[in-house]
Amino acid sequence: MIGKALSHLLLLFLLSPLLLGVIGKTKALFAGRWGAPLLQPYFDLWKLARKEMVLSETTTWVFLAGPLIGFIVPPLAALFIPFGALPAPVSFNGDLILFVYLFGLARFFTAGAALDTGSSFEGMGAAREVTFSCLAEPTLLFVLIVLARLAGDLSLGAMLGPTLQPAWHQAGAALGLALVSLFVVLLVENSRIPFDDPNTHLELTMVHEVMVLDHSGPAFGLILYGAAMKLFVLGAVLVRMALPMTYPSFWLNLAVFIGGMLALAVLIGVVESIMARLRLIRVPQVLVGTTLLSAFAMVLLLRQ
Amino acid sequence: MHDLNNLLLLAVILCNFFTLGSSRLGACIRVVALQGAIISVLPVTVHGPTGHSLLLGIGALALKGIFIPWLLFRAIREVRIRREVEPLIGYIPTLLIGALSTSAAFIFAEHLPLIAEHRDSLFIPTALATLFTGFLLLSTRRKAITQVLGYLIFENAIFILGVLLAEAMPLMVEAGVLLDLLVATFVMGIVINQINREFSTLNTERLSALKE
Repeated sequence: MIGKALSHLLLLFLLSPLLLGVIGKTKALFAGRWGAPLLQPYFDLWKLARKEMVLSETTTWVFLAGPLIGFIVPPLAALFIPFGALPAPVSFNGDLILFVYLFGLARFFTAGAALDTGSSFEGMGAAREVTFSCLAEPTLLFVLIVLARLAGDLSLGAMLGPTLQPAWHQAGAALGLALVSLFVVLLVENSRIPFDDPNTHLELTMVHEVMVLDHSGPAFGLILYGAAMKLFVLGAVLVRMALPMTYPSFWLNLAVFIGGMLALAVLIGVVESIMARLRLIRVPQVLVGTTLLSAFAMVLLLRQ
Repeated sequence: MHDLNNLLLLAVILCNFFTLGSSRLGACIRVVALQGAIISVLPVTVHGPTGHSLLLGIGALALKGIFIPWLLFRAIREVRIRREVEPLIGYIPTLLIGALSTSAAFIFAEHLPLIAEHRDSLFIPTALATLFTGFLLLSTRRKAITQVLGYLIFENAIFILGVLLAEAMPLMVEAGVLLDLLVATFVMGIVINQINREFSTLNTERLSALKE
């Protein structure tokens, strides 16, 4: 049990920055550049960890709680998610609600830390982040309801467990819609293009980056690391839904999972390369659209 | 075959959602053309590749998938409009109404006394949902060309229903329906040009305020 949880977390800690590296590399190749090395995110984190941290005098403990909770939440949430066919270390009835709102908690503190600086620019970013995430939340819940209904169980471990593969034959259409909706949620929650641009700074249209402008050094490193792990955890749900195979061999399962995660990172890189950022007023429209898609997936399922 | 049909019909519903939520006329026309192409496959997948179903499918593809979209593209190029501005009801509300009516269509189809082989398929609910979508587009958009699109979607819905009856329906009836559609699109095209020439805009609501 403890060993399993530790290996689960080890996988998360070691591999999550690699996804960012793969995304960056894909974008660079699309742009005709060679790009930064695949391990650049690790170097960045190491660099930030050694830097000095500048704290504004007007901030309180909330300013530091934001990065810390943003760093602690993804590993906690990862414990409920099977990585590929490797079962989840912790699983109980109804943990899907905890999973969704753990990220809600992290978002609350990130937005709180942004507001704590008293900068109106960061307040604007916090307002946007909260608006978008509250529009993305129904989609995530609908997707989880679809999974729960198919598995007949309310724990994430069982929903993403071995029942998923027969479910694809039974309700492939509904699962396909749910998968597409979840991909959109993944892009919104991790502030990727077309919803937010992770590379822009000091631009009036940005969302997530603006909230962390005042963090520096180790705190900023924690934010980056937390964001990478959040991408990894949500990506793990998506990859498990797309590749529901379970093989008898542990190493084969692991290879399928890691291969799936890398493919997901490449896919995100491709999406970021070929799409432009959506105009801010179009984002809610797209999110309502995906909510309806996922709701429709549920209607399809209820019919059976 | 059953799964394939359901996937095709699902794609039809996704096309419905797209046309309800998008403001770009070019993209809408493309999606309606795609919808026409998808449903033109249905006679073959439902009844097998007989001469009748092949003819029906090819006819539908040529008209709905290629010819009518081409006409519409020509129309928007001539009158130089790109997007629908200010629909009577906004995009998100129409999308919501569309989704609600789609769900309602699914629930309603559950309660219809259908024969057993149609009960599990998505044909009837999809056709009903597509009908609603056509109605919505017809009644909420201001531009004549979006209304034509609504009319086309409406026709697609009738075609989906007709596919179930294709065995019983003589070919001439279907040919007549397709021809009607073509003529209607022609007329619409002419009307669009006329409206544009007279008023330099395509908003149909101006038509109700005609003066000497």
